[in-house]
Amino acid sequence: MMRPVPLIEREFRTVSYVSGPLIFVERPKGVSFGETARITLPDGEVRNGQVLDISRDLAVVQVYEGTSGVDNKATQVRFTGQSPSIDVSIDMLGRVFSGVGKPRDGRPDIIPEDTVDISGMPINPYSRDKPSDFIQTGMSAIDALNTLVRGQKLPIFSGSGLPANKLAAQIARQAKVLGKEESFAVVFVAMGITHKEASYFMNEFERTGALERVVFFQNLADDPTIERIATPRCALSVAEFLAYTHHLHVLVILTDMTNYCEALREISTAREEVPGRRGYPGYMYTDLASIYERAGRIKGTTGSITQIPILTMPDDDITHPVPDLTGYITEGQIVLSRDLFRRGADPPIDVLPCLSRLMNLGIGPGKTREDHRNVADQLYASYAYGRDLRRLVAIVGEEALTELDKVYLSFADDFEKKFITQGDANRNIGETLDLGWDLLAKLPEDELKRIKIEFIRKYHPAYRAR
Amino acid sequence: MIQGSIARISGPVVIADGMRGSKMYDVVHVGTLELPGEIIRLEGDQAVVQVYEDTTGLSIGEPVTNTEKPLSVELGPGLISSIFDGVQRPLPELAKKSGSFISRGISAPGLSRDTLWDFEPKITEGTPVKGGEILGSVREYHFTHHILVPPGVTGTVERVRQGKFKVTDVVCELDNGQHLTLLQRWPVRKGRPYARKLDPAIPLITGQRIFDCLFPLTKGGTAMIPGGFGTGKTVSEQTLAKWADAQVIIYIGCGERGNEMTDVLSEFPELVDPRTGLPLIQRTILIANTSNMPVAAREASIYTGITMAEYYRDMGYDVALMADSTSRWGEALREVSGRLEEMPGEEGYPAYLATRLAAFYERAGRVICLGPEGRAGSVTIVGAVSPPGGDFSEPITQNTLRIAGTFWALDTSLAYRRHFPSVNWIKSYSLYLDSVEGWFSEKMAPDWRALRDRTMYLLQKEVELQEIVQLVGPDALPESEKAILEVTRMIREDFLQQSAYSDTDSFCPLEKQYWMLSTILSYWEASEEAMTRGVSLKQISALPLKAEIARMKEAASIDQIRDLKEKVHTQIGALEVER
Repeated sequence: MMRPVPLIEREFRTVSYVSGPLIFVERPKGVSFGETARITLPDGEVRNGQVLDISRDLAVVQVYEGTSGVDNKATQVRFTGQSPSIDVSIDMLGRVFSGVGKPRDGRPDIIPEDTVDISGMPINPYSRDKPSDFIQTGMSAIDALNTLVRGQKLPIFSGSGLPANKLAAQIARQAKVLGKEESFAVVFVAMGITHKEASYFMNEFERTGALERVVFFQNLADDPTIERIATPRCALSVAEFLAYTHHLHVLVILTDMTNYCEALREISTAREEVPGRRGYPGYMYTDLASIYERAGRIKGTTGSITQIPILTMPDDDITHPVPDLTGYITEGQIVLSRDLFRRGADPPIDVLPCLSRLMNLGIGPGKTREDHRNVADQLYASYAYGRDLRRLVAIVGEEALTELDKVYLSFADDFEKKFITQGDANRNIGETLDLGWDLLAKLPEDELKRIKIEFIRKYHPAYRAR
Repeated sequence: MIQGSIARISGPVVIADGMRGSKMYDVVHVGTLELPGEIIRLEGDQAVVQVYEDTTGLSIGEPVTNTEKPLSVELGPGLISSIFDGVQRPLPELAKKSGSFISRGISAPGLSRDTLWDFEPKITEGTPVKGGEILGSVREYHFTHHILVPPGVTGTVERVRQGKFKVTDVVCELDNGQHLTLLQRWPVRKGRPYARKLDPAIPLITGQRIFDCLFPLTKGGTAMIPGGFGTGKTVSEQTLAKWADAQVIIYIGCGERGNEMTDVLSEFPELVDPRTGLPLIQRTILIANTSNMPVAAREASIYTGITMAEYYRDMGYDVALMADSTSRWGEALREVSGRLEEMPGEEGYPAYLATRLAAFYERAGRVICLGPEGRAGSVTIVGAVSPPGGDFSEPITQNTLRIAGTFWALDTSLAYRRHFPSVNWIKSYSLYLDSVEGWFSEKMAPDWRALRDRTMYLLQKEVELQEIVQLVGPDALPESEKAILEVTRMIREDFLQQSAYSDTDSFCPLEKQYWMLSTILSYWEASEEAMTRGVSLKQISALPLKAEIARMKEAASIDQIRDLKEKVHTQIGALEVER
């Protein structure tokens, strides 16, 4: 990767104004846009920052570790002439780092193989390779209906108190590409989550023996907020290094993106920018895209980056800017529902608002099964109809329904209880599709309009039995 | 040459001192890396520049050089089947120079300088020519790519050459010393001139039933597709790019996903245009400025696209331009405007948003081109809009609504139940219905409009009936109204739903569309007639017709559907009243 040549380091003691996470340095001669700064506090503590805005008279520097203790007299700001970067190495596997890539597990610093710019560079769309490998997560609601494909970015939209972490851990544990034994790695990025949540993942990885394949980035709830801006970028730089230099298939789990966006808002407010919706900055779409778009595959290399960002929808509102902008960038979404959770579905995935945009690239003959698309469409259509009926029943009572509608109603119940709910089970794709057929078999054959007749003849339990 | 120096840097916006004498929208080179940028405001000695690449690493005092030319694109043979970024840098060339990631400060000409084109002159020496006239042509895939005299140029041909040329070679010399090449440049922010605009009267056939039959678009018309995430904007745009009966397609991925462009890139060479039998890529130009590429170049990308569209229009072709998504373009405007500390309008968008949007959409149209031949060409614009939270009251949707002729509203609740294309038939409209009526009744069937209006009536009626059902249950409805619900379900599921991924159904010929709709409506008419005789709905429903109607989409031949319509008539007509 290209890096600017380090210029002569310049030091200033001209901090004039401090506001939130920002400090304003006067007359910053020779300083360049986007470079990193080391801020030495009066008590000798050293912090890191980055130039956000610069003019002849003033440089605006955001301080990752916060500005408490910064004064406008003795504080020194040293500009390094380099854009923010991180040391990377294959030995990062199995290690725990802070949000900006410093070891946090009490073990020594890594010996870097390379140093890379954390903001990365956009992948040339022409050089992208089409994602096409089906990832079997072992979860029916995902595999059958919202298939995950290698190189995809598929977020989990959760609500506070919903078991998104359990789902993410289960996916990380079970995910595999059929018929292939390939080296993989997990980059786990914790942003503003609690110690308890972080240790849940730690224990989970330890229990399954995956720990030595995991790079752990931790910015916990009590760590500096602004550090969160750098955390996903550091982690993705490591992921890119592992994927494109060491040819690993990397799964990146980012949790919780809502906390990241909050940090973004904090900086924007401190800079007195014109706020967009709900106070989030207008450029949040572009900013999030610079994180999510780092998923993918590149022609001519074997590695890949698959992202599963987790975010909490404030007040379960899917139209809130964070899930909304995320949904516009990512290739689908998995949505958890409080209603299903209360009714005991495990995982409580509400499949109706879920989507996987790359599903068609990963399914079908040779990948999963020829009837996959049809079965998925039919399950969706029938379940959606059953859900509509539930609303109707609430008003007019079940007696008002036709016989056929009653069948649909019980189909919807079974679908949630048997298909979506699976607990810790790891179902392969064949089991999942057959389970789908078993449920569909309860509907009259005429109703299976979304399925080609040849597939009905081949896979429908009524014919399979013969 | 005007040379200044950087005084301030804020994201993609750079302010330069010492730029007096610069003009608005002049292209400048910023810093020692010579990053391209464009002047978007002048204030005394200072010029505000939006930079088309990442500004990290620039410092105060670095030079800013004005090229004194507006942002232009290169027009000429070699555009078709290429993929460019927002400022017409060919992405394959960038990949060659900097690898899989786009680094900064690389430049590459829009058109290949090495390819040789076989130029066949049409004009003879000694003839006077003026802008828009055909000098000759080259072959670009199956196209006759006319080389036109650039607008504004006049003179008498002194020399004209025949043979193989590079785009920069002179093929024609005029008596006033002007040298014409295969390549011409045109500033992107200025529409290319034409002789006069025509009223849109010819529909743009898309092979999509809900578009062609219910809400048609015209050649030279404008359409908008707004919808929340996951409603299928991109799939709709891509489907239109695949099947619309235009000769040239320009697909702009404006601030959208990288993988989507990869999808188009890998799929289009394999798919075949149902009308010409040639790979779709041979009529497509791709412009990709994905969401993680520089914001200012995203702003420029739609202008780059529309200028190319106008260039092919001027040759007399029908061009369709897909912009996915104009919201991202609006956001780029907003971001730059915010950095300029302009007074924000609604939701932080600049006050000139509406003007810019209108100016862009007005570059669509069916026109008589310049030149003595009176060629007619068209540019159709289909713009996707991504309203935050799926809320159509936001500025981009509202401002586009005021201009666009066809409104295809995508609906989240339809998408959730996997009804695709998720176009809401109640909210959507087409202002072109009356102007295309003549064409449809002549080319398809005289009763097209009647059929369409009856379908819309039934769908409207269904909404009312559904409200009653929600209150009192379906049993409360009289038989005749239950019949309506049955037939509208058919319209929705067996006609309007159309899978973009089906081999047989992703493109539906117009004639098949007509017979499908006609069959469903004749089912309703026959039922109504039978019920007035006293036949019960149950008897009609018991006939095996519904399953057959549901399989019409897969029907291989139109005769099959025509036979079915006949069968519907006879079988329902033959029902006798049960005692």
